[in-house]
Amino acid sequence: MSTVTVPRTRPERLRVALSDALTMTRRNLRYWWRSPEEVVGALAFPLISVLLFGYVFGSAMVVPGGADYKEYLLPGLFGMTMVFGLVNTVAAVVTDRARGVTDRFLTMPVATSSILAGRAAADVVRAMADLVVLIGCGYLVGWRWHEGMAGALAAVGLLLLLRFALIWVGIYVGLVLRSPDAASVLYPLVLPFAMVANTFVPPALMPGWLGAVAETNPMSATVAATRELFGNPSAPDGSWLTEHAVPLAIGWPVLLLVVFAPLAVRQYRRARR
Amino acid sequence: MEPAVVAEGLTKNFGSTRALDGFDLTVPAGTVCGLLGPNGAGKSTAVRILSTLSRPDGGRARVAGFDVVRDPVEVRYRIGLVGQQPAVDEMLTGRENLEMFARLYRLGPAEARRRAAELLEIFDLGDAADRRPKGYSGGMRRRLDLAISFVMAPPVLFLDEPTTGMDPGHRLGLWHGVRTLVAQGTTVLLTTHYLDEADQLADEITVIDHGRAIARGTPDELKSRLRGDRIDVLVGDGVDVGAVGRVLAGVTGAAPELDQQAGRVSVAAPDRVAALARVARALDDEGVAVRDIALRRPTLDEVFVQFTQEEDAA
Repeated sequence: MSTVTVPRTRPERLRVALSDALTMTRRNLRYWWRSPEEVVGALAFPLISVLLFGYVFGSAMVVPGGADYKEYLLPGLFGMTMVFGLVNTVAAVVTDRARGVTDRFLTMPVATSSILAGRAAADVVRAMADLVVLIGCGYLVGWRWHEGMAGALAAVGLLLLLRFALIWVGIYVGLVLRSPDAASVLYPLVLPFAMVANTFVPPALMPGWLGAVAETNPMSATVAATRELFGNPSAPDGSWLTEHAVPLAIGWPVLLLVVFAPLAVRQYRRARR
Repeated sequence: MEPAVVAEGLTKNFGSTRALDGFDLTVPAGTVCGLLGPNGAGKSTAVRILSTLSRPDGGRARVAGFDVVRDPVEVRYRIGLVGQQPAVDEMLTGRENLEMFARLYRLGPAEARRRAAELLEIFDLGDAADRRPKGYSGGMRRRLDLAISFVMAPPVLFLDEPTTGMDPGHRLGLWHGVRTLVAQGTTVLLTTHYLDEADQLADEITVIDHGRAIARGTPDELKSRLRGDRIDVLVGDGVDVGAVGRVLAGVTGAAPELDQQAGRVSVAAPDRVAALARVARALDDEGVAVRDIALRRPTLDEVFVQFTQEEDAA
């Protein structure tokens, strides 16, 4: 029988929680490292969009102000990829649950916070990798940032903030859904969310009510803010929402976090029925 | 010394279904307790509550000296669980699985590697160590699952139908593994469908049905409580089983069970050898040809069926 050492002091507990979170992060990252087809598959849609929208439809797309459409398009695709990341989180959470791995973790002396932190950290790392690939491709087709390194980094930071907030939505949804089949329905549901936004077309060009919906979409705030920070054309329409894109790109994700992080934690605890 | 597992009056409802209905259990430290019961009797619910995966609606339970509801973290430091479904990480190789769980059980990197190698050896997974469980057979997956729960020889180990889908050789291997752990001081709560498994491993057996413990004792005690021992008579070809049955009924005064197909007659024989002698003499007097007469203890299957039927009748 092994001797058990239960961490008693605060620093000890913190050290253990950090070490567990690292172990979980490594494990989660290994999943993707081992299934490159899934990672490449998830990037296929934004990459094809670069070609399809940038070249095939691009000539017909006119950005108000006459800028190059690809300059307008790429930040939209960055934002869309962050939103699609939600599906990866849900899939990972649901799979662990269905295979009984979650149950095993729950009977082990691993803190809920470590399990959740491991999930979040791995998903952020993947989002970074996704962005590196997309930015690289953007560069190849002639997209550039114009506001210096600081602006570009701030834009990337806002994209990751949105993704980070959506991780908690994903954990919550994944724990509620439980079945892998239910999770596969998610993609078509996320798609309109990524489309009814300023991703491909300025909302000003949409019918009035749809444009209003598109503009209110949290993703639109992030995309508009990154266009501003990258120095890409943003099709200014003078609306209050676009004028305040940067604060909204911080406010929306923070709101999502405040709502869904506690929900995710509670749902995880309730996994012990 | 406090028992390793104590449950008192546990209740648990799922909707209108009463999964546990005042379940009591005591497992002394260092012993193996077999929890037997038909499907849906509440075995797994009991294990889930005792392993902190589920909260009881009523009653109390202490595992390794800690209350499962008030001190679940303390409990988790002291238990291992092998569930019905192998819970292995599909994307990690066998070795990586073991190393990850060893790390989560707070072993250092070098120690985790050493322990993983040791367990791969014990569970006969050496050849598959660096492959992912995707290509494993059901039995190999099971063994990896067990190996994971043995990473830290826990003070209390829950095995929920651990040998389902295992071939006989590996079952023996698992039994050996369990005995080794118990020799080192681990307490085991084992649920199983295989009565021979409980017979082999368990010091004590609790029979559960409809969410309550309906019988408890050593395998031997439970067997003796079942109308004592039995005499089996195998009749020769062409001999009327009914005629043999009448002879046995006359001698023992008990109603025999007839198995026409197998040509077997079985009757309760509380006074054992004396009854055996009387039966042999009577059959000889009647001139009935028999192939075999044997005195035997009831199997756990019979115990099990008897207790659950009594419970249903009550």
